[in-house]
Amino acid sequence: MIKLVPQLINLFATLILLISFAMISQRRIVRLINLFMMQGMALVAASFLIGYMTHQTDLYVSGALTLVLKVIFIPWMLHRLIGKLNVRWDVEMLINIPTTMLVGIGLVIFSFSLALPVSRLSHSIAGASLGIALACVLLSFMMMIIRSKAVPQVIGFLSMENGLIFAATTVTNGMPMIVEFGIALDVLVGVLILGVFMFQIREKFDSLDIHNLEALKED
Amino acid sequence: MSWLGVFSQLLALLTALFLAPLLSGWVNQCRARLQNKSAPGLLQPYRMLHKLFQKDSVMAEHASALYRTAPYLIFGCMLLASAIVPTLSTDLPLSPAADGIALVGLFALARVFISLAAMDVGTAFGSMGARREMLVGFLAEPALMMVLFCASMITRSTSLTGIVETLALRELAIYPSFLLAGVAFTMVSLAENARVPVDNPDTHLELTMIHESLILEYSARHLALLEWAASLKLFVYSCFGLAIFFPWGVAQANAPLALIVALPVLVFKLAVGGFLMAVIETMSAKMRIFRVPEFLGTAFLMAVIGLLVNVLLGVG
Repeated sequence: MIKLVPQLINLFATLILLISFAMISQRRIVRLINLFMMQGMALVAASFLIGYMTHQTDLYVSGALTLVLKVIFIPWMLHRLIGKLNVRWDVEMLINIPTTMLVGIGLVIFSFSLALPVSRLSHSIAGASLGIALACVLLSFMMMIIRSKAVPQVIGFLSMENGLIFAATTVTNGMPMIVEFGIALDVLVGVLILGVFMFQIREKFDSLDIHNLEALKED
Repeated sequence: MSWLGVFSQLLALLTALFLAPLLSGWVNQCRARLQNKSAPGLLQPYRMLHKLFQKDSVMAEHASALYRTAPYLIFGCMLLASAIVPTLSTDLPLSPAADGIALVGLFALARVFISLAAMDVGTAFGSMGARREMLVGFLAEPALMMVLFCASMITRSTSLTGIVETLALRELAIYPSFLLAGVAFTMVSLAENARVPVDNPDTHLELTMIHESLILEYSARHLALLEWAASLKLFVYSCFGLAIFFPWGVAQANAPLALIVALPVLVFKLAVGGFLMAVIETMSAKMRIFRVPEFLGTAFLMAVIGLLVNVLLGVG
């Protein structure tokens, strides 16, 4: 049984990557939030398993923090937000998903080849997952670039943070507790502020399309 | 080649021939139940085949010899395909003749013939369906190959019996790449077997149909053979998936008694798989034909990432 745990961690890592790809190709905002929640769950499972393997209790705390914040609280808040903004069933027009996917696979190859020599030197049990974590970060970054609406961009930002936490957990077996708490608080405050921002954008331009923000002056 | 091998090969062929319509019937029944319709009987496909074989065949006036021979060729392709996939036993004398790549080739051969035959009589529906079939096919094939290569990388063999033997005998291990390959395989098998997100198997005379428009002009025994070939294709695809992802319960070469257990295990696995397929079909809506390249492109990329994950995490 104990032999299967590292493989399970790898399985959850792959699941996180799979969900990242699903997010890129998802058009509906509600499903995007649900996918983000599932990604959070996979992250929680992975950090609990690493904590179990390395007998580090602070990884349980970090996992629980992710559970409360990213699986329960933030998705709930986003659901409420899109309900209030009345964009729940919005379908975003995405240009050319196959091309985006191809760029995505390029990013995966890039990050895997970058991480392969690094993970050979790593002694932690899930060091090989560094490539996956890096790929998730880059994919979320790409999602933030290609999406034009505000809510998917916020989800991209949060998903990138998931990738970073996952990288930290797998490679270094968790960051110091105080840093963990700091990041969690940052994310929470960030999402709250972005929520307020979305209302303001909507007030001003009657849509959540952030292309409206590109011009510096009103003409 | 032993007598036992010949016996298990014959048994596998007969199982495929007679279980395949049952599998189609089961999937249809599950789907009807899930959609709150009254379900047709489990044996409906057999009755259908029986009825069609009794009837007289009607041919288009300008039909060539190709049109007449295509059903036999397609049925032969599917029969051969079912002979090389390990369903009950891995001791198959025909298996060394063709590996997984050849299996994909057999599907391609059948696809070429059915498309040519559909264009042969010159109806609008036929040539439209043929074009769509090729569109689905050329995208589904590479994805299927990549799924196969995922398993080949882990087991170091492209032969399906080799894959099953290695995976079933090896100590239980979780291969993360199979998660991605499994998603890709599900998408490909939905597309290739004319299932709901890509094609609707039970509509006639709709502008969106693919499989039905190919066989629209056929009647009687030719139609029966094509329908039987379609259910054999579903059977072979299911067994191909089971062989890669759930290889347990298939009898090994030196264990003749395991053959007795293998049949109930196979029926159980197919029943679960068929039910899951019906669930997916019920939950998804049919997509526009121009979304299909996107759908299958995603499947291909999933399988490729599976291969990359194999490289990154190391296998074996």
